[in-house]
Amino acid sequence: MSTQESYVTDDGRTIGPTVMEMKNITLRFGGVKAITDISFDIREGEIRAIIGPNGAGKSSMLNVISGFYVPQEGEVWYKGKKRPPMRPYQVAEQGIARTFQNIALFEGMTVLDNVMTGRLRKMNASLISQAIWRGKAEKEEIENREAVEKIIDFLEIQAIRKTPVGRLPYGLKKRVELARALAAEPSILLLDEPMAGMNVEEKEDMSRFILDMNDEFGTTIALIEHDMGVVMDLSDRVVVMDYGKKIGDGTPDEVRNNQAVIDAYLGVAHD
Amino acid sequence: MTHSVKHAPYEVRESFRRFWPVEAGSREDKNLGQSSQATGGLVSVPALLQRNATLYAEKAAYREKEFGIWQSWTWAETEKEVEALALGLINLGVNEGDFIAIIGRNRPYFYQSMVAVQSVGAVPVPVYNDSAAEEMEYILGHCGARFAIVEDQEQVDKIIDIQEHLHQFEHMIYIDPRGMRKYDHHSLHQYSHVQDQGRAAYDEFITDLQARREKLDYDSTCVMLYTSGTTGRPKGVVLSNRNIIESAKNASEFDTLTADEEILSYLPMAWVGDFIFSVGQAYWCGFCVNCPESPETMMTDLREIGPTYFFAPPRVFETQLTSVMIRMEDASKFKRKMFQRYMAHAKKVGGDILDGKPVSAMDRLKYKLGNFFVYGPLKDTLGLGRVRVGYTAGEAIGPEIFDFYRSLGINLKQLYGQTEATVFITVQPDGEVRADTVGVPAPDVEIKIADNGEIFYRSPGTFVEYYKNPESTASTKDAEGWVATGDAGFFEEKSGHLRIIDRAKDVGKMADGSMFAPKYVENKLKFYPDILEVVLFGNGKDRCVAFINIDLTAVGNWAERNNIAYASYQELAGHPRVLDTIQEHVETVNKSVAEDPMLSGCQVHRFLVLHKELDADDGEMTRTRKVRRVVVADKFKDLVDALYDGSSEVSTVTEVTYEDGRKGSISATLELRDAAVVSTANKVAAE
Repeated sequence: MSTQESYVTDDGRTIGPTVMEMKNITLRFGGVKAITDISFDIREGEIRAIIGPNGAGKSSMLNVISGFYVPQEGEVWYKGKKRPPMRPYQVAEQGIARTFQNIALFEGMTVLDNVMTGRLRKMNASLISQAIWRGKAEKEEIENREAVEKIIDFLEIQAIRKTPVGRLPYGLKKRVELARALAAEPSILLLDEPMAGMNVEEKEDMSRFILDMNDEFGTTIALIEHDMGVVMDLSDRVVVMDYGKKIGDGTPDEVRNNQAVIDAYLGVAHD
Repeated sequence: MTHSVKHAPYEVRESFRRFWPVEAGSREDKNLGQSSQATGGLVSVPALLQRNATLYAEKAAYREKEFGIWQSWTWAETEKEVEALALGLINLGVNEGDFIAIIGRNRPYFYQSMVAVQSVGAVPVPVYNDSAAEEMEYILGHCGARFAIVEDQEQVDKIIDIQEHLHQFEHMIYIDPRGMRKYDHHSLHQYSHVQDQGRAAYDEFITDLQARREKLDYDSTCVMLYTSGTTGRPKGVVLSNRNIIESAKNASEFDTLTADEEILSYLPMAWVGDFIFSVGQAYWCGFCVNCPESPETMMTDLREIGPTYFFAPPRVFETQLTSVMIRMEDASKFKRKMFQRYMAHAKKVGGDILDGKPVSAMDRLKYKLGNFFVYGPLKDTLGLGRVRVGYTAGEAIGPEIFDFYRSLGINLKQLYGQTEATVFITVQPDGEVRADTVGVPAPDVEIKIADNGEIFYRSPGTFVEYYKNPESTASTKDAEGWVATGDAGFFEEKSGHLRIIDRAKDVGKMADGSMFAPKYVENKLKFYPDILEVVLFGNGKDRCVAFINIDLTAVGNWAERNNIAYASYQELAGHPRVLDTIQEHVETVNKSVAEDPMLSGCQVHRFLVLHKELDADDGEMTRTRKVRRVVVADKFKDLVDALYDGSSEVSTVTEVTYEDGRKGSISATLELRDAAVVSTANKVAAE
């Protein structure tokens, strides 16, 4: 299953073989089963969505991928290797970046500094070099600033470059968080409800950024989203979860016609 | 308030220039400009570029902030870039006489494109980048553009949508490739690729390019600009090299502009003013054009560049002033005190010092101190610290706003112009600047005033024609070259300055035959922040009456501070204290109108504050917020009648349209007020 052929989508993007695979994941908090025996894969270059009603276990799933939670059962395979239990920073080092449902930025720092933190893992000048600002530290700062400026340009946040994040409206904060995740040049980007609380126009902007990121940088994107319209438009394949179980998996069209999915969303009488 | 601006990459260059004999070059050029009446063979913009590339080779021609850094192009580099693009255009099959649409925000690439287009004998047609698809379709169809040079995916998509209606349209060149990798590239080209192909085909096309460039003369078309036009379809104004170069030369000499000016180009490229400042004058003088990083960063970029020559519509100055005032409210008590104290002094003597009028030594000293503590840092914060010549035009500017900037020592002036005149009709000379006039005729401009007050002009900048529209050309420009402006005005006898009163078609006559110019009075009233809109009536009557709309934000703020409770616009508009304030404003304006013998008949005798805001949804205004007089007069006929019959109260029911299209009605009882007017015969207040 993990060696699939690459194919080209209708809109001309190339989807590669599987890059990450979840095998029979089960996650328990005490007696509560948050995720029950879920398996799915993420292919290189695709936009993969995880949807489901509230409490379905979507965020838990994302946290498993990003190393926040270690599942009691099951395996995470990444780039053809089984991933041992890892700390989140180790996962980040492997090229997996994420944004949070509740924005987690440094409120007192400027947008620029916040985005720069996304590149910390790429800086390794010594403390002394950093302190006296000579040699490696200076060179690194310039290189990384250049990369960050490209992202600022890409996400069109030039005007707020020097603004402290605390002063920004919600929609822009979301964009800054995306910028920080993107600054890490991830191979997989995890987005936890990127459109939550946004108005239609902001959602359209965010959708365009997600598509452009995928197109320009070839970033593989896994996202959780409530807005069905957005999910169906953006994603190549969708996993549907309900009560911690996988109830559907496939292209947006397949999922839309899946009876279990319709029941989960519209409700069905329980005997 | 911060006291210094960081011009990091730039400060170096400035001081460098001061000690290095680069100056010599610009001096030479100035003489060259002044001595050669026929502009010495410099009869096209590409010819000016060649001169600048030799004369100012290493001097910056363009700067643009990108990726957080000011990137620059010297004149020599600019010439190479333009040539590469021109060769690329020939390679793509651009013919002489083709029209090429230029659609994007101010960027060096677009300015260079325009010159490249001219070099191959084609005509650049800059188009507003925010215009709707239908508008773009009309313009591209009307001029029959075969090519368009656009900024990014947004514009490409827009043109792809309308392309099937444009039969003659062939190729599109875009600058920013983002998001367009998957597009069909048969007729879509990336700007840098076109340049690369041009460079590769140098040997093949260079003789052709040189021949085309040499064919350009003073009468060949320099640019075609579509006027936005409040009525009907936009019209394509054809401007020749003569129009552009003569106008640029005259205006540059008028303000003694040199190659060392810095400007920030942020106004729409499709607007004639930007073409004159950022192309005409920039190429004539050889100064540097700076482009902001994005429209939103304009204020920051303004401060970083610190232009010496600056142009802005009144709106920009208003916004800046408001933000200064708000920030001062939040400043510490000490700073606020100092600001108030020195601003009061600036108000007293600042304008006079700028105009070179006699001011006592003590006041001068105090002003110098003020400059050190307040004015200097403030100008610096605004990004206007180095402005030597500043212009505002487009619409009337509030005298308070105008005086505020002048009192700080910023040489802000007004000019009056239009596309058909290649901008300049009148300008204010240094030292003769006033808020209520638009100055004296610009160099080489003749002006005459028709019997009905309409202003006519004739100048080297007078446009060639409206493209494919001989009827409009004939009705605007007569055989002798006089152009009707559509504005009414008169020359002040004492100063020789022109004053604009109104659109000629709105100017009427009072019953006694004196002039009725509604906008003149309305504008004076609208300068008060609590008045949003005014409609003056009186055409054919013996006296004038007015409808007034209050500004809910300003008056609401005032009500909050004075603990006046109100639930709606209507309630606030009818509050006696609001009416008192408005009455004071009306009476002050009456006094100032009365000072003008020609217009003293336009004083407001009675007024009312409307119970609803005039709204485009109700058809009372255009979408661009211009009042439709006829509609208003008709809809509120009962109120106009009541104002004339002397009653003190009137009840009325008005139909309104809600934003979702539903209709409803509001009823109100309005208080009508008399305002004191100044009798012109004996200058005594009469009731």
